[in-house]
Amino acid sequence: MLPGWVPRAAVWVPAAAAALWVLVLARNTSAGPAIREPGEFVVTLLDGVTFAGLLFVVASGFTLVFGLMRTVNMAHGSLFLGAAYIAHEVQTNMVGKDANIDARDVSLLAWILPLLAAGAVVALLGLLMQQLLLRWNQGQDLRQALITLAISVIAADQLLAHFGGVAQPLKWPGTVTHFFEIVGERYATSRLFMLGVALVVGALLWLWLNRTRMGMVIRAGVDDQEMVRALGINVTLVFAVTFAVGSFLAGVGGVLGGSFAGSVAPGVDGAWLLNSLVVVIIGGLGSVKGAVAGSLLYGMVVAFSPAYLPAGYTYYSVIFTFALLAVVLAVRPNGLYGRVE
Amino acid sequence: MSPTGAVSGSGPARRLLSARNAVVAAATALALMLPLFGSNFFVEFVMTRTMILGIAAATIVFLAAYGGMVSLAQYLFAGVAGFMIGNAAVAQDAWSKGLKLGWNPWVAVVFALAVTTAVALVLGALASRTTGIYFLMITLTYAVIGYYVFGSITPLSGFGGITGIDPPGLFQDHPVRMYLALVVLSVLVYAAFRAVAATPFGIALQGIRDDPVRMASLGFNVSLHRTLAFTLAGFFAGLAGVFNVWWNGQIDPTSISIGPTLDLLIVAVIGGTLSLEGAWLGAFVFVVANNYLRNLPLVDRVGITEARFSTVVGVLVLLIMVLSPDGLAGIIERVRSGLSRPGRPSETSRPPSPPSDAPAGAAAGAGP
Repeated sequence: MLPGWVPRAAVWVPAAAAALWVLVLARNTSAGPAIREPGEFVVTLLDGVTFAGLLFVVASGFTLVFGLMRTVNMAHGSLFLGAAYIAHEVQTNMVGKDANIDARDVSLLAWILPLLAAGAVVALLGLLMQQLLLRWNQGQDLRQALITLAISVIAADQLLAHFGGVAQPLKWPGTVTHFFEIVGERYATSRLFMLGVALVVGALLWLWLNRTRMGMVIRAGVDDQEMVRALGINVTLVFAVTFAVGSFLAGVGGVLGGSFAGSVAPGVDGAWLLNSLVVVIIGGLGSVKGAVAGSLLYGMVVAFSPAYLPAGYTYYSVIFTFALLAVVLAVRPNGLYGRVE
Repeated sequence: MSPTGAVSGSGPARRLLSARNAVVAAATALALMLPLFGSNFFVEFVMTRTMILGIAAATIVFLAAYGGMVSLAQYLFAGVAGFMIGNAAVAQDAWSKGLKLGWNPWVAVVFALAVTTAVALVLGALASRTTGIYFLMITLTYAVIGYYVFGSITPLSGFGGITGIDPPGLFQDHPVRMYLALVVLSVLVYAAFRAVAATPFGIALQGIRDDPVRMASLGFNVSLHRTLAFTLAGFFAGLAGVFNVWWNGQIDPTSISIGPTLDLLIVAVIGGTLSLEGAWLGAFVFVVANNYLRNLPLVDRVGITEARFSTVVGVLVLLIMVLSPDGLAGIIERVRSGLSRPGRPSETSRPPSPPSDAPAGAAAGAGP
């Protein structure tokens, strides 16, 4: 066994080095040292926090489903992409334009209605998938992972066949696309809007899990499913609702992510499956608290690493995602809030 | 029946004569003679690709069957080896991306395998304290991060990839030689995996697969065993990757993205993740389906075209996972054991279990 200070050093030494670098040393980077360029620092920080909000919305659905049912839904990214495409369809119909949609054309309703429609359809699809393909093999986690993986392959191919390889537009409503000034830098309101939606989703999720009877059952089920079943609670119903909510969250994430990117394109499903996986591996599978922590850490790494790498070397930023993962795995193999089974 | 067939007491000569080995030997002989009567396309394209995918899929099967680890990083290791070959072997004056070191191709092979093995060692050590679904997720994450690493780090490759990678003179313009080398290599990899499984290391690995806590309390270093098994599998996957890049002549990040990664898992799943032979069987079914499905009459009427091959593969895997998680080998085994023992209860709903012996061996042992 390693001596106790090794894991702690593995966390604190890189963290301290990174902080020192960002604060004073980071010359010749696109952002510059934080003591000289506080505006750039604040912008990067905001980038990290707002992206973390999006990460949380997507990953919380993933981790919720796993926490209760031990199902790793590899089709989570497909639900994300599917929802984004549905929202694109509804939005283009409401705006009445096929191409060159500008945010000014999009009313608040032409964003919220696609969001709800996409979320509802995807929740229904997820429910259908769970009822038909996952309900009867509950507990065989690898088999379920492979079944959902197969579904993700089929879904990606069918979406490609239907929507083509070209990116399709999906826009924020015009009312939230402005800029404001912060520490001498311009910043997009839409990113704060995204964070706001994420906070609302998080608050509703918290209320649902902590203040309702069903939330109580879900928390109990995460801890001891057999006992909940033995107490005569209709676990099957709770499973179905949880899966639908998890899928709905993937859908909301898809609409947010699509609007954030300005378009919907193939391949996004794989990228967002990765994002969900990274967040839950860091935070711990099955823990909503872990999803918050994982989203924040990963969001910060995604925002800071390209901004504070020396110019000309920014393409190495992907290494930092891996480094974050490696440090967490080395110190806590089951994630920050994961439980040892 | 023991999983390896090595712990049982019969003598070595008797063991070599098992029905399982007879089937493998017959298949090998057939594969070696194939260039005499098979069409060029079938040998140089279908079967060559089958062997490459078979070796790579066998590394998944080895880890799953003997180590209890379902790894999605094996195609990444094939890709790492391919990218290293691309960077090391392409000549300096070539019009291509990458470092273009212009080394001798065989030196490049040694370099590529060394890098791949080192990467597998590090990644394996990081993942080795987890198993089951967590391990699957971590290795999938490795695979996707690998895609972005080669895609975004432009000095190594960039999304455009490396082109114009020639195989060494031994194989250049000699596709049949490459095919035969791959057959021999397949047999060697297969034998190596079975031999490793029968060593004290392999037995301990299987013990860890079945009960890691007990093995740890017996004094075995659980994560070290897992790490070494993962490294070995990474090495062989790298070997498959070397031939893959020679055969393709190019490599780009898309070829190691999530799609091909899943394809390889699918190959292992078709064959059955619990029998080594199944890897090559699965690869054969996969490549044949990939190349000949469009030739079937009426197939295009139901919407199955080459462009929608992913859907076909996805449906295939879905069916296999719904009907029999052990894949084709599991189906064959069940049919055989059902024939010899009709009263046997159905095994459809059992959880992932330790590997039963290969279909042929099981049938030989189960005679009434």
